[in-house]
Amino acid sequence: MEEVKEQLTSLPRLGQAAPPFEAVTTQGMIKLEDYKGSWLILFSHPADFTPVCTTEFIAFAEIYPELQKRGVELLGLSVDSVSSHIAWARNVEEKTKVKIPFPIIADLNKEVSTAYGMIHPGQSKTETVRCVFIIDDKQVIRTILYYPLTTGRNMDEILRIIDALQTTDANGVATPANWRPGDKVVIPPPNTQEMAEERLKEGYECVDWYLCQKKL
Amino acid sequence: MACISPDGKPTVSGAKMLRALKAKAGSAEEVSQQAGLPLFRVRSGLRELAQAGLVSLKGEKYELSAKGSELADSLPA
Repeated sequence: MEEVKEQLTSLPRLGQAAPPFEAVTTQGMIKLEDYKGSWLILFSHPADFTPVCTTEFIAFAEIYPELQKRGVELLGLSVDSVSSHIAWARNVEEKTKVKIPFPIIADLNKEVSTAYGMIHPGQSKTETVRCVFIIDDKQVIRTILYYPLTTGRNMDEILRIIDALQTTDANGVATPANWRPGDKVVIPPPNTQEMAEERLKEGYECVDWYLCQKKL
Repeated sequence: MACISPDGKPTVSGAKMLRALKAKAGSAEEVSQQAGLPLFRVRSGLRELAQAGLVSLKGEKYELSAKGSELADSLPA
């Protein structure tokens, strides 16, 4: 009961520093700080040699070149052993010709999965659910996605979130619903009456003072 | 270990880092560029090579130790 309580209270939050870790992976011992200066997608899967996870790993491997163009690294995690990860990655490559190019944490003692709130006892008391933590180049958590065991993740959405966050950081703007690169972006709403009046004169495309958009 | 095999021989990525450092001492970023490896791999690998006594950090640059130089010299070109 105490363990479950600890897992529930240790969920990280957006805008917080990502919990540090040092973990055994399929590419050696890796610390979170090794990723400083790069963006990182830390994602968990329930178990090796399972069907939905296999489709996800193939999909993550397929978007890895696009992520690298955006300065983003991938790091998988489950509570399986490193030998299991290696065997699974080799099997995926043998059967599908897709090489898993990113490291996978073997979180046998559940240290990382507990720190990141990846075990949801309502889904499984022993396996990690399908979490995605997008961590920026300053090691701050920028996005958290949780998917249930039965639902595979959407890679287009993950890429879209990366593009949106990096566009926000580069231009000081927000992105509207269903935004895609090249679409108009949202100007942050004004904080004062004076700014609201000025906003309408600035040549943006405005529905009203609180909703103005522009092309980048 | 990711850079050094249990038999003491460098792995492919370990050999790339040793070759890069044989050419020139450098920061993790410089080794990453020279070796063509992701920065996180190089940071992790340099830590491992340092623990094995093959490299040391002088200021902000990594350089080969005498043992590391000997190993780097034995690598095929």
